[in-house]
Amino acid sequence: MQTQHFFIVGDPLILGADISIILVSAAIIFVLTYFKKWGWLWREWLTTVDHKKIGIMYFISALLMLFRGGVDALLMRLQLMFPNMNLLESEHYNEIFTTHGTIMILFMAMPLIFAMFNIAVPLQIGARDVAYPFLNAVSFWLFFFGALLLNLSFVIGGSPNASWWGYPPLSELTFNPGPGENFYILSIQISGIGSIATGINFLITILKMRAPGMRLMDMPLFTWSVLSSCIVIIAAFPVLTVALFLLFMDRFAGAHFFTMTHGGDPMMYVNLFWMWGHPEVYIVVLPAFGIFSEVVSVFSKKVIFGYTSMVVSLLLISVYAYFTWVHHFFTMGAGADVNTFFSISTMLIAIPTGVKVFNWLLTMYRGRIRMTEPMLWTLGFIVCFVVGGATGVMLSVAPADYQYHNSYFVVAHFHNVLIGGTVFGMFAGMTYWWPKIFGFKLNPTLGKWAFWLWNIGFYVCFMPQYALGFMGMTRRIYTYPDDMGWTPYNVVSTIGAFIMALGFVFQVWQIVYSAKRMDRDVTGDPWDGHTLEWSTTSPAPYYNFAVIPKVEGRDAFWKEKKKRSQPDYKPEKRELKPIHFPKNSGIPFIMGVCFFIAGFGLTFHWVWLGVIGLIGVAATLYARSFQYDTEYVIPVEEIKKTEAALGRDI
Amino acid sequence: MAHAVETGVKHEDHESIKIAGFWIFLVQDVLLFATLFATYVVLRNHYAGGPTPKELFDVPGFVAETFILLTSSFTSGLAALQLNKKSVGGLITWLVITGVLGLAFLGFEINEFTNMVQEGATISTSAFLSAFFTLVGTHGAHVTLGLGWMLGLIIQLARRGITPVTSRKVSVLSLYWHFLDAVWIFIFTVVYLIGVM
Amino acid sequence: MHDDHSEKHPGSTVSYVIGFLLSIVLTIIPLYVVLNHSFSNMILVYVIMIMAVLQFLIQLVFFMHIRESEEPHYNILAIALGIIFVFAIVAGSAWIMTFNSQVQ
Ligand code: HEM
Ligand SMILES: [Cu+2]
Repeated sequence: MQTQHFFIVGDPLILGADISIILVSAAIIFVLTYFKKWGWLWREWLTTVDHKKIGIMYFISALLMLFRGGVDALLMRLQLMFPNMNLLESEHYNEIFTTHGTIMILFMAMPLIFAMFNIAVPLQIGARDVAYPFLNAVSFWLFFFGALLLNLSFVIGGSPNASWWGYPPLSELTFNPGPGENFYILSIQISGIGSIATGINFLITILKMRAPGMRLMDMPLFTWSVLSSCIVIIAAFPVLTVALFLLFMDRFAGAHFFTMTHGGDPMMYVNLFWMWGHPEVYIVVLPAFGIFSEVVSVFSKKVIFGYTSMVVSLLLISVYAYFTWVHHFFTMGAGADVNTFFSISTMLIAIPTGVKVFNWLLTMYRGRIRMTEPMLWTLGFIVCFVVGGATGVMLSVAPADYQYHNSYFVVAHFHNVLIGGTVFGMFAGMTYWWPKIFGFKLNPTLGKWAFWLWNIGFYVCFMPQYALGFMGMTRRIYTYPDDMGWTPYNVVSTIGAFIMALGFVFQVWQIVYSAKRMDRDVTGDPWDGHTLEWSTTSPAPYYNFAVIPKVEGRDAFWKEKKKRSQPDYKPEKRELKPIHFPKNSGIPFIMGVCFFIAGFGLTFHWVWLGVIGLIGVAATLYARSFQYDTEYVIPVEEIKKTEAALGRDI
Repeated sequence: MAHAVETGVKHEDHESIKIAGFWIFLVQDVLLFATLFATYVVLRNHYAGGPTPKELFDVPGFVAETFILLTSSFTSGLAALQLNKKSVGGLITWLVITGVLGLAFLGFEINEFTNMVQEGATISTSAFLSAFFTLVGTHGAHVTLGLGWMLGLIIQLARRGITPVTSRKVSVLSLYWHFLDAVWIFIFTVVYLIGVM
Repeated sequence: MHDDHSEKHPGSTVSYVIGFLLSIVLTIIPLYVVLNHSFSNMILVYVIMIMAVLQFLIQLVFFMHIRESEEPHYNILAIALGIIFVFAIVAGSAWIMTFNSQVQ
């Protein structure tokens, strides 16, 4: 391969990115070396198995990916602002909507929900860690190196350009001989293994690691939502793994699963892709539902309305999500009976979702509502999601979908649910748990600016797109003639996108500002919370709880606080015991590197490098299997010291 | 060992939690194979002018594979039973027998594949053959992985004897091995028997 | 030394032998009926699929001891859910993709 094909240098935009990447990397290396922080980085972060730190790393990576995907989005919106624009060529536009979609779903939304899983679940159920801390670190590093691999395609080899679906035959070797699609397949494959592991890890954590006394029906709703999200991950991700593997076999081994010749059937890929793709949207939105449930009840000073119906609807959705996938390709022409079945099944899934909306509203009804930032995001979500849900039901009508399919109506719809649901949900979670995880509150004024900019920007950007869809503007076009009557709508839409971008700037400002200026949270319970994560200090010590809490019923910490305020309350004597704790390990990181090497090698058909990487993976697995001394004991003295430093006397 | 050590869980639960997780992993793997089966079922008569299963499949060959794998599933169970007798020697012996049977199975499979390729029936011949090689090959890859794992476990058993950790590993490995046989039942039925019908 | 870990591997030699024998029988029957074309193809498919499912269940019970795991039986629940999803994947795909036979 010639070097100018290897390094993408022709395009000034990419050249600029190349240079800035090199400069930023050099700066990071310089800072780490100058302040002698390499050891710290390795000991405290790269080798950590602490779920809280892993959560933070997921969170930071997700924000970076939101930035990258957001820049892609702004470029696309600029290109579409006016007819016949020349900012991006068609090829470049294809690459950008592909990386935007892939990154936003798999490398932004997924790590963002995993960040919340890690930050909140063990604390909420009164556990010291997840069921498999080592595996948790493996999951993170697989995600991280998968994301790195995909982002590398921007500067080396060329980006994928067959959309985030990667539909064949366009993504087959015949039509797409470059390495772009290989980057797509392998990066998703690597991070997908990590996602499945996370699903198993948190499922077992929730089922097996709860504090004594906490029955399933006592669990906080966020924990329930994570449980159902994990069920969907375990059910759906294997299908994606296989779909991409078969595409890989077509491209690498000359198989004919999805080719146009030799009996291949491209529509089978479409079928498999959406068998994962539809559940995927529930994977990323269910945890948001959980966060809203927590936030609504805490900031209305009430218990959640209809706890049982919330749990039932979560579980129903998580199984039912598996039976609607065809609505993404009604126009394939599978016949009236198939389309009818999936049309009706799609409409039905609106019911459990509707139940949840009413429960949130009824929880707020007559509550003492505090308009904090998490609460604002929740309210913004409810409005946004109702719009997105209504347009979703419109799309579920199979005959009508022949009209909407692949138009801007769909683009508006899924941004409605993804931004309004997942992104707003995770922002609610971020602002809610921020003090717990970092030890200080976020500045509310800047946060409110961010909230309003995002919200207004959202409607300004996406409402015109519904209209554009009706006017016949198809998705994934890179430009349009000026006599279509689309121009005013596109101008408004682009302005909206920039308003959202401004909202993001305010969030970054808020974080930086608050880190410097805001007070530390010394109470550990800044919101008057209901659940166990608020009972420990902010930030929580690495072992989470000096003494494992005993739980009686729902909203355990709220009840505990009520008990404490009774005049005849006598604190129970809490006896400290030494704690068994997992040791840090460098293996997950090294395994991630090996996967990265294998993925990179296979991307360029350098089989030898692929084999070296895979041997490395096998070696790390073997090395781990032979390790027996993986835990240590934290003595009571150490716990006492840590607790005292955090201002708690035992 | 300190007695009053406290973790989030009771310490005895540590190993059983790993077995619980392994069950979930197996369910995940079941879905992976289900997807491969679905693809095979959809593409199974897309011969594209290439050979058909009737022409390709060799009855004695796949029957032998089936019984060898079934027997190895049985012997891996007998190996795990040695845990209760606390007999490392017996355990290792049965594991070695299981491993040898696994190798024999793989030998038959590789032989079958090479014969097909020599007859010109390769993964690139038709969608049917792509699906066949990928489904059966993925199962074979699982068996290979299991053999590597078995080897590592035998070394650990020889070094450390039967401990809570090694016995959990034996239980998990035998679950995995039974699972591979369960998948094979369906390959035997859906691919081979229906193929030669 | 580790008497507090008296966790037993479930099952007994008898259960393994029963499982093994039943599996052999359930392998031979379908093989026999297929090679001898005992029924029409349609019925054959049903018969051998039923045998396969039976053998699968037998291995779950006698080899994998699914009933003997600790309470609560999350693994039975997981397998049951898994089977629902398997059905969706395989039967769903087969049904949806039949349109191809109409087109070609
Ligand atoms: C922040 C503001 C955002 C803006 C302005 C934006 C804008 C866009 C634009 C212009 C497209 C291309 C439409 C086309 O040419 O067909 C697009 C596609 C897409 N966006 Fe976004 N987006 C945003 C956020 C998000 C988020 C948060 C997600 C997911 C969580 C997301 C997921 C997608 C997906 C999956 C596609 C489809 C890509 C494809 O066609 O293959 N977007 N977006
Ligand atoms: Cu969908």
